[in-house]
Amino acid sequence: MNGPILAARDLHLAFGGLRALDGVSLDLWPGEVVAIVGESGSGKSTLLRVLAGQLRPQSGQVTYRDAEGVAHAVQSLSDAALRRLSRAEWGFVHQSPRDGLRLGVSAGGNIGERLMALGARHYGRLRETAEAWLRRVEIDPGRLDDLPRAFSGGMQQRLQIARALVTGPRLVFMDEPTGGLDVSVQARLLDLIRALVAELDLAVLLVTHDIAAARLLAHRILVMRRGRVVEAGLADRVLDDPQHEYTQLLVSSVIAA
Amino acid sequence: MTDWALRTEGLRKEFLLHLQGGVRIPVLDGVGLSVAPGECVALHGPSGAGKSTLMRCLYGNYGAGGGRILLRHGGRTLDLAAADAQEVRAVRRETIGYVSQFLRVIPRVPAVQVVAAPLRARGVAEAEALARAAAMMARLNLPPRLHALPPATFSGGEQQRVNLARGFVAPWPVLLLDEPTASLDAANREVVVDLIEEAKAAGSAVVGIFHDADVRERVATRLFEVRPAA
Amino acid sequence: MTETGYNFAYLDEATKRMIRRAILKAVAIPGHQVPFGGREMPLPYGWGTGGIQVTASLIGRDDVLKVIDQGADDTTNAVSIRRFFARVAGVATTERTAAATIIQTRHRIPETPLREGQILVYQVPMPEPLFRLEPRVAETRRLHALADYGLMQVKLYEDIARLGHVGLSYNYPVMVNHRYLMSPSPIPAFDNPKMHRMPALQVFGAGREKRIYAVPPYTAVHSLDFEDHPFRPIRADARCALCGSDASYLDEVVTDDAGGRLFVCSDTDYCGERQARQRRGEAA
Repeated sequence: MNGPILAARDLHLAFGGLRALDGVSLDLWPGEVVAIVGESGSGKSTLLRVLAGQLRPQSGQVTYRDAEGVAHAVQSLSDAALRRLSRAEWGFVHQSPRDGLRLGVSAGGNIGERLMALGARHYGRLRETAEAWLRRVEIDPGRLDDLPRAFSGGMQQRLQIARALVTGPRLVFMDEPTGGLDVSVQARLLDLIRALVAELDLAVLLVTHDIAAARLLAHRILVMRRGRVVEAGLADRVLDDPQHEYTQLLVSSVIAA
Repeated sequence: MTDWALRTEGLRKEFLLHLQGGVRIPVLDGVGLSVAPGECVALHGPSGAGKSTLMRCLYGNYGAGGGRILLRHGGRTLDLAAADAQEVRAVRRETIGYVSQFLRVIPRVPAVQVVAAPLRARGVAEAEALARAAAMMARLNLPPRLHALPPATFSGGEQQRVNLARGFVAPWPVLLLDEPTASLDAANREVVVDLIEEAKAAGSAVVGIFHDADVRERVATRLFEVRPAA
Repeated sequence: MTETGYNFAYLDEATKRMIRRAILKAVAIPGHQVPFGGREMPLPYGWGTGGIQVTASLIGRDDVLKVIDQGADDTTNAVSIRRFFARVAGVATTERTAAATIIQTRHRIPETPLREGQILVYQVPMPEPLFRLEPRVAETRRLHALADYGLMQVKLYEDIARLGHVGLSYNYPVMVNHRYLMSPSPIPAFDNPKMHRMPALQVFGAGREKRIYAVPPYTAVHSLDFEDHPFRPIRADARCALCGSDASYLDEVVTDDAGGRLFVCSDTDYCGERQARQRRGEAA
């Protein structure tokens, strides 16, 4: 397919005096992983929410091109159209499993929910699909009927990924997917994400403050500071040959990424 | 039809270090390098002259500070110095292969998959890609028991051979080699020399940094002097 | 013995008009919950205040009213409501399903098939089918607006995963007209199929929650299920001890302290009619 799957132009959004987005533009191409990095308060999570239609910008456009090539102006979609897109073509992975999972519903129910919302009505096939996805995210399929409450933090995040990817989305938004996990658990999760993203040819927008995660997963990196993109480009070039003062600071403060 | 596969014109590179009070470190100034298909050009110059920086610019890992880096890419001429990220990715998939000094280890990925990745990226079917990868690894004396293991635990020499196998598994119009034989024993050095000769014979334009004088003399068609920028 | 000093059917005409508007809207959008200005009625919430207001707004002088509670015409609730309308509206009442024009019901649909021109008024304790799954009322409205009912299907999935079957024997959720998820009120799941393409109008009134919804005649009503776990109306595997019916919904009656029990029809009119026919058959 030609052209970006998601394109943002000149996004502005201020909360009172705080400029959360100050003229942000970006393109995301099919099959491309773009990491948005920056410190807390740089506007990266706000940007993700605006791109996903959860927040409306004060000005600027977000255009999503769907599987049929039809362009949608995300910022002015109706709730119904937005929900249809987000359950049929998008996936979300949140930092907290609390936001991305139903903790009182079994692992199988969590994975099956999006399929059921899209009309799947065969219990046996739902379970087969859920089992297959548990295996893919390296969770024992014998835990299909267990509640995620009983899972470790890393398992909860892997379950969240299965839940997000089971419907075969084209575009996945990830907000600090490894935040709050132990370092050893992070590495395994990152690697799993890397493998799935490559295998499924997903377009991914990844918000992270973890430079190592960005290097491992992203084709391209956007560096945000105070609501602006101060540097953007090929992941290895941004990290190995940073141009902007802030990027140099960010890269130099990481131990051998 | 022109007689070069890779050509730089007035290539400049300097580093501006904001965190060191904005000091500017010029490294490359006006580099004009032209490499023909089938040729192997060895970059030559004292340590710190900018050989590695030039290699990294040629791969797009460092952004050029000025000038052009022209490539034959997909039947047209492309200026890598002005290419966007999408184009650089396409160039790295189709046109430029790069064997760096060190393997960037990806956790938990088996060595054979690491080696097969360039073929998979070009759409070669998995079975064929893995078979070709395994054959290349065998040539570089990586025993089959290592193929399914992630290279993180390998020795330096084994990792370097994984890196070389990955570089040579697919044919490249332009091949960049940064000290490819640095941590190899004599037998494996011979294999690498053969692989370079085969790449040249197949029409690759090879640019290399070879500290090993013996290897350099055997594979290099000519030397290209890299001088420190004034 | 009609009471004087009350307007016909207790409610004032303006209130009835307001409720009729809500009913019309509910009929126009099958399964959609329409808010209405519920009035204080002379009985407590939970005793059918919603159903009574709907009935009061619909009833005319020529109507014949039947009231059942759990299928029976002779329970306290049914008797009280029937007597209430006899006094404040002076309408004829009946215990016979076939003779009634309006049937107000708590927890059952009569066994005798309803016909065109009849209205079935349900008393509803909780109109929102999603209320146990989504505690935020505003969010349940959004889910209805977007027809986003994956959550209810997840509940059924969880039941089958845990119990091997859907753990709902009454108040089993239905899709109305392929669009709105609806609570059928706490009727047994056994009665759900009767709602599908019923020739009579079905109107649901929830007094405490102040909601009215409706299923117009001949509207599709489907119980949620899975292809490989289809919805099954369940009844006790027995015959009625009084009329011998093996097709009606049965109540279990404990007869002594020694574990003795028997099953009888929950629908007293249906059971009585059958017994009367059998007696006539014997006499003939």
